[in-house]
Amino acid sequence: MNDMTVQNTSRRDFLKGSAGLLGGLVIGFYLPMRGGRAYAADAPRAKPVYPPNAFIRIAPDDSITIVVNKSEMGQGVYTSLPMLIAEELEADWSRIRVESAPVASVYNHTGFGMQMTGGSSSIPSSWEQMRRVGASARVLLVRAAAQQWGVPESECHALNSEVIHAKSRRKSSYGQLAEAAAKLPLPDNVELKLPKDFKIIGKPVKRLDTPEKINGSAQFGLDVYIPGMLTVLIARSPVFGGKVKSFDATGARRVAGVQGVYQVPTGIAVAASGFWPAKTARDLLVIEWDEGPGAALSTPQMRAEFLEMARTPGTVARKDGDTEKGFKEADKSIRAQYEVPYLAHAAMEPLNVVVDLKPNHCTIWTGTQAQTMDRAAAAQTAMLNPDQVEIHTTFLGGGFGRRANPRSDFVIEAVQVAMAVGLPVKVVWTREDDMRGGNYRPMWSDYIEAGIAKNGKPVAWKHTIVGQSIVADTSFEAFMVKNGIDATSVEGAATLPYTIPNLQVDLHSPKNAVPVQWWRSVGHSHTAFVVETMVDELAHLAGKDPIAYRLGILPANSRYRGVLQLAANKAGWGKKKLPAGHALGVAVHESFNSYVAEIAEVSLQDGKISVHRVVAAVDCGMVVNPDGVEQQIESAIVYGLSAALHDAITLEKGRVMQSNFHDYAPLRFSEMPQIEVHIVKSSESPTGIGEPGTPPIAPAVANAIFTLIGKRLRRMPFDQETLA
Amino acid sequence: MISLNINGKDTKVDVDPSTPLLWVLRDHLQMTGTKYGCGIAQCGACTVHLDGRAIRSCVTPVSVASGKQVTTIEGLAETTLGKSVQAAWQEVDVPQCGYCQSGQIMAATALLKEHPHPSEAQISTAMDGILCRCGTYNRIRSAIQKAAEVKGDAK
Repeated sequence: MNDMTVQNTSRRDFLKGSAGLLGGLVIGFYLPMRGGRAYAADAPRAKPVYPPNAFIRIAPDDSITIVVNKSEMGQGVYTSLPMLIAEELEADWSRIRVESAPVASVYNHTGFGMQMTGGSSSIPSSWEQMRRVGASARVLLVRAAAQQWGVPESECHALNSEVIHAKSRRKSSYGQLAEAAAKLPLPDNVELKLPKDFKIIGKPVKRLDTPEKINGSAQFGLDVYIPGMLTVLIARSPVFGGKVKSFDATGARRVAGVQGVYQVPTGIAVAASGFWPAKTARDLLVIEWDEGPGAALSTPQMRAEFLEMARTPGTVARKDGDTEKGFKEADKSIRAQYEVPYLAHAAMEPLNVVVDLKPNHCTIWTGTQAQTMDRAAAAQTAMLNPDQVEIHTTFLGGGFGRRANPRSDFVIEAVQVAMAVGLPVKVVWTREDDMRGGNYRPMWSDYIEAGIAKNGKPVAWKHTIVGQSIVADTSFEAFMVKNGIDATSVEGAATLPYTIPNLQVDLHSPKNAVPVQWWRSVGHSHTAFVVETMVDELAHLAGKDPIAYRLGILPANSRYRGVLQLAANKAGWGKKKLPAGHALGVAVHESFNSYVAEIAEVSLQDGKISVHRVVAAVDCGMVVNPDGVEQQIESAIVYGLSAALHDAITLEKGRVMQSNFHDYAPLRFSEMPQIEVHIVKSSESPTGIGEPGTPPIAPAVANAIFTLIGKRLRRMPFDQETLA
Repeated sequence: MISLNINGKDTKVDVDPSTPLLWVLRDHLQMTGTKYGCGIAQCGACTVHLDGRAIRSCVTPVSVASGKQVTTIEGLAETTLGKSVQAAWQEVDVPQCGYCQSGQIMAATALLKEHPHPSEAQISTAMDGILCRCGTYNRIRSAIQKAAEVKGDAK
């Protein structure tokens, strides 16, 4: 995993090649991002490459290709990143096209130091970089025109993909100027527009990828077919960590279309002419497994162990004041335990990878969120240099974190298969493989004691968290685990915003055979539920309105306040007359530097929760594409609701009990609430939007159910409880 | 050999007759607009039309499709209704990751063919079987209503 600092020389050839081919302008440069998430600053940094770094290609026909260095998994980066460039470039938006970036250090994430899409960071990390890229190109185009016309640059301006010299009424299109502009040295510094002058940023813009996504032509990883390619399905161990002891492939080999059966490190691979023969043959394999210690894992027992651990002191993640003293001063106190299960990402497109392995070159097509890591892992597996590995990032049929695997599990396995088969392969995970393939959102158990003073305000809060670290034993551990604390395990809990003089957050990070990973909103997916339902309990204990109570214990200029108040106003909190049997619940949470409050209106139908309406208020700083923000909040709410209401991955004797969408049920059309998204006007720099809508929905629903029937929901998913 | 008519074109495939239509479309004909999501008729990503009706191609043996008209997302724009549904999808800007959208559009088109002005309940019933993990359901509803309006106006 050390290629993060390796320069990619073939990239330069690529740039020259494509520039020559198109006779156009190739431009871009590296800018380290300031700030970002805590670990970003500590991430190994690639050395800046200057020049070149291609984000823009302008062709003689005036078409502009924006090379996007982030993976498009639904979050809209193929639209929002081009908007940043086009704004400063003064480009004709109707002529913008998008291409996915190859792997090269010039395309590294400005904060992570590697090419990766995650952490709701695409806009924040690209905000300055992409605008500078666009502005630099514009400066060069203006300069080229001024030189051709022999006029001062200051008399020329750029507009709608043209450079104009008003005095002499001359103008030239970007396509006409690109070749000359490409020969000019990059400007050292460029001035960026003031927000008041934005023409594209901040306006609702239609997605550039919609046309191909509605006519079936968008290419996902599963849609890649290359000559001579075989489809491979793998029979993997039914227990995490298990190994093949012996196998009999006699029946499998008889299936028409089967080319071969191979033992690979993760199991038995069946290579065939297509999915159906591969699947038919795989079903006929007889395999004896050495299951290993993973076979001892069962959910009931794991829950009991976690809950017991939650009652014992852990590693201290945050300590303010003295909680023992605080509880002595408390007028009233409560204790509660919380549980959330393992969760699969269950993206609609199951995992898949196409590998074409040649003696000195490996070409990979897959929908990945983590190109640099995957390339390094593929290279190491195939005993090649990273430069000899090429990755084509297709559209991702959902990512949600699963496609950024710190162990590059699905890519390494596919390269191993290609090595075994000796022909181009497409490794396809069936839905069952994907569901049972691990790399889950960890199971968490929490225990909280909290006390309030006579005036109702909290005086003591002791929170103990139990769950696996998602970065343990990965290359991320070194810079994301500090003093025994994985920052992602306690985010949202150790960083809770409320004023509590005596506060302690402890963490236990037990290890077991279940592979775990980030899942949309990472640690926040569980901490918001715990913190925001407990705060609601305190409000009730204090006899206060839940929103008034929160406002009373939030710091004066906290950005949480704005979203809470906006959501309350728009939802008609305390004012709107609700239908009989309906109730509202609220939650507010910050994640990825964005603040989201959600108010859910719920009812019970035959003991099942119905969510009718969700009013969300979001403060994500300046907004690039309001339509994109709305889409992402809607999406994050639906994703969070599926988990809140229905979903759990459970184990029996090491086996995952769920397999497909009938027993791991995403929210369906008929369950969809009406969703309203309201955006707080802000002049702050843009912050994350892909994930922050997820954390508040589960606690908002749980708090609404309490208001409705007086029962606290402290264990997800909620539909395992009998409610009336 | 199995004879098929897909999007108005006759074609023959040499395949085991029990092979699901989905994999014939994808692996044999490289028509990749129809998606694999679950393989057990739970998610609807594989929805195509068989003689105008929405079916799950992942559980439909190719032999069943022989002698019938198969319409896939690639051929949808050849009908006025299909075109208007796609136009509504474009106007509402429905897709996010986009993976489920072929199935959504095929299901919506079959619904509108049967019920040109579907009620809320009819929309919910028809679309309940098509999963979307990105949560585009509300936009799907708007797009269906828009397509229904356009159809109504065109009379």
